[in-house]
Amino acid sequence: MHESWINHLVIAPLLLPLLIGTLLLLARRTLSLTIRRTFNLAAILGQLILAVELLLLVSDGTILTYRLGHWPAPWGIVLVADRLAVWMLLVTALLAFFALLHAMQGTDRRSRHFHPLFQLQLLGLNGAFLTGDLFNLFVFFEILLLASYGLLVHGGGAARVRAGLHFVVINLIGSTLFLFAAGALYGLVGTLNLADLSLKLAHLPPEHLGPARIAALLLLTVFALKAALVPLHLWLPAAYAATAAPVAALFAIMTKVGAYALLRVETLLFGTHAGILSGLYPAWLLPLGLLTLVLGALGALAASTVRRQIAYLVVVSVGLLLTAFGLGTAAGIAAGLYYLVHTTFATAAFFLLADLIRRQRGALSDRLQPGPALPNARLLGGLFFITALLVAGLPPFSGFIGKFLILRAALAAPDWPWLVGIVLVTGLLGIIALARVGSLLFFHIRGAGSGAATHPLPQPGYFRAALPTIGLLTLCLALLIGAGPLLNFTDATAAQLLNPHEYIHAVLKPIGIQFAPEEFAP
Amino acid sequence: MEALLSVMIGVLTAGGVYLLLRARTFSVVLGLSLITYAVNLFLFASGRLTRGAPPILAPEITHYTDPLPQALVLTAIVISFAMTAFVIMLALRARAELGSDHVDGHINQPPNTQD
Repeated sequence: MHESWINHLVIAPLLLPLLIGTLLLLARRTLSLTIRRTFNLAAILGQLILAVELLLLVSDGTILTYRLGHWPAPWGIVLVADRLAVWMLLVTALLAFFALLHAMQGTDRRSRHFHPLFQLQLLGLNGAFLTGDLFNLFVFFEILLLASYGLLVHGGGAARVRAGLHFVVINLIGSTLFLFAAGALYGLVGTLNLADLSLKLAHLPPEHLGPARIAALLLLTVFALKAALVPLHLWLPAAYAATAAPVAALFAIMTKVGAYALLRVETLLFGTHAGILSGLYPAWLLPLGLLTLVLGALGALAASTVRRQIAYLVVVSVGLLLTAFGLGTAAGIAAGLYYLVHTTFATAAFFLLADLIRRQRGALSDRLQPGPALPNARLLGGLFFITALLVAGLPPFSGFIGKFLILRAALAAPDWPWLVGIVLVTGLLGIIALARVGSLLFFHIRGAGSGAATHPLPQPGYFRAALPTIGLLTLCLALLIGAGPLLNFTDATAAQLLNPHEYIHAVLKPIGIQFAPEEFAP
Repeated sequence: MEALLSVMIGVLTAGGVYLLLRARTFSVVLGLSLITYAVNLFLFASGRLTRGAPPILAPEITHYTDPLPQALVLTAIVISFAMTAFVIMLALRARAELGSDHVDGHINQPPNTQD
């Protein structure tokens, strides 16, 4: 009984949101709001438990695989749970839990489709992390995008629809490019299974180098679009600034899906073992990551509303993350994985906090103009201060550890003065931008009492309203306290990623495909 | 046949890109559809072009065509169908909310005004 349960554990993070999402969709008119909320919350808690269970199973380096329909690997679709995939599953479930708690304060009343879309979004995210097949990754991308289109325009309004239209069209173009890349790779080597692709691309004849590079760079373009890497970042600020706060918080993981896919493809398909194709991605990721840092920081300085500024800070975090992944070293990837979790939680908390502040400021909304004193300035100001320290990467919080580790890993790169210089200067710009917003919101008081809040939080309830934000900030604190064990885990994850023969072995061993492990020696 | 198909894919893509760069939602949707047709043909061709052969591998069959791209194309068609339906609905909604079918909502209005 126990053994067979473990065999199916890998697909459970897909089945749970699919079943609950479908149920919520079919019963959206019959079930009361309380029951729909309970179902959604229970499903997320279930995914959290599954992610923890899987984490315990893979933490010793085991790679679990699940063959759908029991078809052997390169012919059937395979799900793979390794350290990286499960790490992402856990982050997604934790983030979704607090985003949903915030949404229960009223966002989910706007339409009956919020809860089904939320679960289908999680289905797409979990599937993208678990799948071991390139075309299946495309399908899960489409699932998560279709759900995200619905969530983005949830609640309606001109700004959301306009941002939504741009978001949808650019992502549809991205999907088309993904198909071109997948088709080109299939035409070249005749497989779409990631492990099999890795084996076959390593032995690519030199005359196929040109088309293979085009396909690889098309994939890079697609994932860079999802991750909002410059120059494909322009959709992000408008979309994230216009949408509802819990959706923006959940979308903090959306850019990380692109980063995840880049990391997976960079290490598995085009790593050091890949022969003529190896080292293709770092050459692009490093300069573009640094450029993203600069443009994101400038955007954060120039932003005219709090939410738009946070959206630009998301762009900054993507830049730093992909710079770390672009280093291509174990230290860089490990530091990046730690920073990924930190920045996901910190920016999500910031979006939720901006919503709390916005609700207190009435007609001024979150525009950066001086207004009357906030009713709960002590709580909100305190939270803002902590969040700003986290996002800016200042000690003593987890952002500092992440940034410090990335900088330490960058010292090994040949052009480290550029790397360190740009990261530090953009960090300073970020601090200036955040200090400006903080002092303007909390100290620059003008016209006391004139702008009454449209939805003032009731005095006893304001602490409860801030609880999801506080929860996310507590997670960041846990990242700080548990930094030792967590960094051991990310180090092990990076080692596993840079040694792709373990992955290939786990996927292809059941059918006895022979390959020489010494080819994959680092 | 290969040359004809390549030219077809190229023409469809070029037309699609041109329409995508237009400023009205209707032409953008048409452009997306054209590019989708192009990518479907491209996926189909990734299994090589074979005429009059079954997509089945069996001991007595020596001449066969690759069935996988056909399955991929079918999936891609279904997904793009759903996406086209969605983007048309969204374009109609944008027309109603923004009072214009311009992709930025209105020609003379800066796109970054907040709600």
